[in-house]
Amino acid sequence: METKEYKVVGRSMPKKDATQLLLGKPVYTDDITPDDALVVKLLRSPHANAVVSEIQTAVAKRIPGIVDIFTWEDVPKNRFAIAGQTYPEPSPYDRLILDRHIRFVGEPVAIIAAENEKAARKAMKLIKVKYEVLEAVLDFRKAKDHPVLVHPEDDWFPPCEVGGDNRRNLVASGENHDGDVEAVLSDCDVVIEHTYHTKAFDQAMMETFRTYTEFDRYGRLHVVSSTQIVFHCRRILSNALGIPKNRIRVEKPRIGGGFGAKQTAVSEVYPAFVTMKTGRPAKIIFTREESHIAGSPRHEMEITLRLGASRDGTIRAIDLYTLSNSGAYGEHGPTTVGLSGHKSIPMYTGSLEAFRFSYDVVYSNTLAAGAYRGYGATQGIFAVESAVNELSEKLGMDPTEIRLKNMVREGMVMPAYYGETANACALDRCLAHCREMFEWDKKYPVRDMGNGKVRCAGVAMAMQGSGISNVDVGSATIKLTEDGGYILMIGAADMGTGCDTILAQMAAESLGCDVDKISVFGADTDASPYDSGSYASSTTYITGKAVENACEKLKKEICAIGAEIIGCSAEEIQFDGGEVIHLPTGKKIPLSDIAYKCQCFSERTAEATASHSSPVSPPPYMVGMVEIELDKLTGKVKIIDYMAVVDCGIPINPALARIQAEGGIVQGIGHTLYENLTFMENGGLIEKDLMQYKIPTRLDMGKLTVEFEHSHEPTGPFGAKSIGEIVINTPAPALAHAIYRATGVWHRELPITPEKIVFGEE
Amino acid sequence: MNIRLKLNGKMISEDIAPDLLLIDFVRKHGCKSVKRGCETANCGLCTVLLNGKPVLSCSVLAARADGQEIFTLEGLQEEASEFISFIANQGADQCGFCNPGFVMNTIALLRENPDPTDDEIKSFLSGNLCRCSGYEGQLRGIRDFLDSRKGGDR
Repeated sequence: METKEYKVVGRSMPKKDATQLLLGKPVYTDDITPDDALVVKLLRSPHANAVVSEIQTAVAKRIPGIVDIFTWEDVPKNRFAIAGQTYPEPSPYDRLILDRHIRFVGEPVAIIAAENEKAARKAMKLIKVKYEVLEAVLDFRKAKDHPVLVHPEDDWFPPCEVGGDNRRNLVASGENHDGDVEAVLSDCDVVIEHTYHTKAFDQAMMETFRTYTEFDRYGRLHVVSSTQIVFHCRRILSNALGIPKNRIRVEKPRIGGGFGAKQTAVSEVYPAFVTMKTGRPAKIIFTREESHIAGSPRHEMEITLRLGASRDGTIRAIDLYTLSNSGAYGEHGPTTVGLSGHKSIPMYTGSLEAFRFSYDVVYSNTLAAGAYRGYGATQGIFAVESAVNELSEKLGMDPTEIRLKNMVREGMVMPAYYGETANACALDRCLAHCREMFEWDKKYPVRDMGNGKVRCAGVAMAMQGSGISNVDVGSATIKLTEDGGYILMIGAADMGTGCDTILAQMAAESLGCDVDKISVFGADTDASPYDSGSYASSTTYITGKAVENACEKLKKEICAIGAEIIGCSAEEIQFDGGEVIHLPTGKKIPLSDIAYKCQCFSERTAEATASHSSPVSPPPYMVGMVEIELDKLTGKVKIIDYMAVVDCGIPINPALARIQAEGGIVQGIGHTLYENLTFMENGGLIEKDLMQYKIPTRLDMGKLTVEFEHSHEPTGPFGAKSIGEIVINTPAPALAHAIYRATGVWHRELPITPEKIVFGEE
Repeated sequence: MNIRLKLNGKMISEDIAPDLLLIDFVRKHGCKSVKRGCETANCGLCTVLLNGKPVLSCSVLAARADGQEIFTLEGLQEEASEFISFIANQGADQCGFCNPGFVMNTIALLRENPDPTDDEIKSFLSGNLCRCSGYEGQLRGIRDFLDSRKGGDR
């Protein structure tokens, strides 16, 4: 492994916005936009599948304070997708701002623009809607080729060919394989075959969806939104409203958490439409309930897996079929499903002779799913890692041994991962490190505590990617200020992850200066260079490399300006970060002279922009181990210790990397043990607030310990890979494993609640 | 109806609607640190001090604050500044949206119990949800602050 001494990279330091955030300064969408903007509220459907036969707004419009009310009759008829993805989007164009055909409980049927919240709420009660209620497809297992079509419309349009067909309720379908999986499976001593089920878990970011819109001083649509994807947002609004992209400016202030939810333009179109219609500033703030019933949660998946092995524990074949529920709309449907196979199967590249991965993504009349940290890998890894644990228990082998025997190792070509090579892979070291730190040999055996409680342990591995190969574009602009500081302008979105800070660390490393010299600005479609946005674990790896490249370009430019000052060739000038030096004479030029030179009789500018894209998506790897105490009487699972070792390449800021890991693990604990979604008969969601949708509190997660094993990714900036998503993937399989050890029952559906444990439901 | 109260040390007298919530009252008066994270008194983001005691301002009528004293984080910047750098050093601020409520409740904790154990910290702050940090970093930050106050640098 290449080891380099870095001055700024690899050091823990506070986030650049930390003081502002911790002192509660006004930095979020609702804090920085006018209080007197029009209040935008949405009247939502109580039916899962219905056609609006009549909608009367005249009475509601007479309420004092009501400015206007819009229905399906008022909106443009061009379909669009709200998924924040690179054009041409894999997600189908299947939405209207308001559709006459209602496809899930909670879908908007009217947009209310009011002077105040009270008037808006009153109007919601006085709008009269007559629905023609249709049979709904609520069970996603029956959706494919169901006689009831979720999207029967003729103008349904897929910008990409992804195997979808709206006449079959199919968003996407596909298959890929390597080797003859049936032949290998039939030759295996043991085949583990099961179906695993995960739900449409909610990101539950603390700040719900929200957007402010106004016409700016040029009469353009100015959008301030809590979004991870300013540039995609601009395109989506242009498609939805039918206005040119240069007439739209989208910026994000600080974001109160995203986790992928805000990789979809969930709230933007409504106030934008109101501003277009009324000419007035408008603001929508989703309630927590709206965020739950009409947000953009994880895709519910049912994964059917066949895993074949020989008696000595060699894993020889994996056949994985995923049925994914995209819900009422298709955003992120075709892509999330891919990760369920592509980011689970390759972990066993070490021994695998054949694999097959096939999938169907279906429409149903449930809430539309979207992007959520892990993005399909979480679901696939729950299935694959559970099956590997079951195999080890069946063979009487230690589950860490069986993994060491089969896992992917550095230098291997991964046929199940687009044929990419694992150039940086410390998965084996992660496992050894975690096993030692956790004291696996001591904690793995089931220990009866003598009070109806047992203690035991479970394990899982995980991988993810670093950006979307051949697609994602990250960019950075770096500018010198007159006193030798820098402004780093990015289009990536810090949603609490700390990317502004780690990108500044990379810039400081490149430019040989202190990180305080780098100020970060982002993200704004008018000012930032184009960036796909922050998702798919791309920012450190993709945008980071763009930052490094932009800084290299700027250094060259600074040398050229220095040469102009001295009157020599640029080759005689050296800039190592601190000072600009004329090598033959040793004369030093202060950076302020360079900057001022560009401001007086100059055709040069001390700034540089670089874009970066990657043909590969190097996976980070990790191992998680959990020790639980299970109460056999109540089924309660108490987490004693959760330990994990992560290989994210070189961590740029170890403190922030650790927090990412800890936060992801706790989110994973939540969806494994408590977070649940159940639907009423009409398709309405029961857990629609934080009273019923239980996310972990600080009393629920035991003790967390996260450490790192470094690898050096040759294509990454300073050897870095990603960390944001992988960290949510180990809790479900590790906890299911530990619960099996305690009870003898494998739970293959999440969440694994105390009720299920007590009653031994699988 | 008219209420008179002290907000961050400043007397305010104002006619309000009887159903106005305290969170909306203080935000209207520029206290934007007070955040709404749910509507069901579950998240702790809207924590303010009412006569020194932490309350959820989403679940208190502004009318209830009549004649009382309210503090939001805007009025306790100095007290917060004593310990927030320790949270920042852990990177545990993350998205920051839960920070004001968490910081307010930490202030309340430290006033009531200047030397809490880890279990006491977790228990006191259990109503303050955070979806980003996994809580461990917040605990490490508070622990580091308490240790530094004792003069030890661990």
